[in-house]
Amino acid sequence: MIELTVNGTSHTVSSDPRRTLLDVLREDLKLTGTKYGCGEGACGACTVLLDGQPVVSCLVLIGEVQGRAVTTIEGLAAEDVLHPVQEALVAEGMQCGYCVPGMALLAAALLRQTPEPTDEEIVRWMGGSLCRCGGYRAVLRAIRRAVGPGANDEVQVK
Amino acid sequence: MKDFEYTAPATLRDAVKLLAEKGENARVLAGGTDLIVQMRGRRYQPERVVDIKKIPEVNELTFSPRKGLRIGAAVPCHIIYHNSDVIERYPGIVDAAMIIGGIQIQGRATLGGNLCNASPSADSIPALIAYGAIAEIQGPQGKRKIPVEEFCVSPGRNALQPGEMLVCIQIPQSKSNTGAHYLRFIPRNEMDIAVVGVGACVELAGRGKAQTFKRVRIALAAVGPTPIFASAAGASLEGQSVSEESILAAAEAAKSVAKPISDMRGPAEYRTHLVGVLTKRALIGAVKRARGEHVPNAVQEHESAHPVYTLS
Repeated sequence: MIELTVNGTSHTVSSDPRRTLLDVLREDLKLTGTKYGCGEGACGACTVLLDGQPVVSCLVLIGEVQGRAVTTIEGLAAEDVLHPVQEALVAEGMQCGYCVPGMALLAAALLRQTPEPTDEEIVRWMGGSLCRCGGYRAVLRAIRRAVGPGANDEVQVK
Repeated sequence: MKDFEYTAPATLRDAVKLLAEKGENARVLAGGTDLIVQMRGRRYQPERVVDIKKIPEVNELTFSPRKGLRIGAAVPCHIIYHNSDVIERYPGIVDAAMIIGGIQIQGRATLGGNLCNASPSADSIPALIAYGAIAEIQGPQGKRKIPVEEFCVSPGRNALQPGEMLVCIQIPQSKSNTGAHYLRFIPRNEMDIAVVGVGACVELAGRGKAQTFKRVRIALAAVGPTPIFASAAGASLEGQSVSEESILAAAEAAKSVAKPISDMRGPAEYRTHLVGVLTKRALIGAVKRARGEHVPNAVQEHESAHPVYTLS
């Protein structure tokens, strides 16, 4: 059996070594906010924070998370108050939303490390998450909005 | 995915024993960003996976003036490119580690894994070869060391024997008049595989117009079945004055050892042309860094408004 902490709560789960962290989050813990996209670490839809570090949960074997702490999209808000990144993504509006949980966690990790990123820093950091609706401008505006004022400025990136 | 046994030994000794017992049917797990994909795609179906991340020696990242840099086989890219000794003394390693996958991949992927995966297009391998890095290997019979340019033997195959594992990558001490640069060409900015990559490391002698190349190492990615050490191209510069002419001649020499295939990423002629362009730029970037000038890498490029690839 594997013991791990998810969003502050301890869990004990089956240790079938073939299962990934993504499988366990979705199927055992019913935390379906984390999405399966490509299954090979190329799309970022399954991004979660592992001890605070963004990782693609489809490429983490369950055996590797013994004793570690995971944050999923369900744990990003503090009680009923959305994280500033979530507020901003809601405000900017997305299309299908499939990439949003991973994008939100990735962006939250950016703002914790770099509270006031430049547009170039945002684009570089977010490069590992794909939006197949092509909503990258909205994501960029949302992160700028989460950072602070000036969110309605024209977005300009080289 | 076929069923397998997951093990996470705490010592090198136990890891080597677990690997040796299963031979070809055991695989080492570090960051997992290649292995798990390969297992799911059934390229490898190991009976045993040996997760090495609990072993102290493979988590080492230390610099000492005498021994140089030691990068443990399980140290992830983001730890490497945030390390102040690496940033200050080995910028060519930072160039490579910052462009392997995106942020989520860099949180897990290791240079040790990038080397062991032995992809011809691996970004870190030309940088490591250029720096003269040594692979430190542990096996049932003890330790051995081989130069990184001898580590990859064919696409996806390395020099490790059954029961052996990579422990660390050693990079010699960086001298003050030394500089290195790694560049790759891809159609987008991140999350892509190199069409061509070139790493160069130069040691200079003298100053001003009398400045010459003392030692030069050049290595190429994605233009052959393994990363290529273009030793003759580097050696051709030694003793030559530092000039656009000598650098262009070395770039031609590098083109002559490139043996690219044509595939969806580009035809062979195009890749050979790119070897010339990138070798010239990597050498100029390395010279500038050896002279103490700041040369941004692909990620830091927006900091600089002017093209950097001319000698001043």
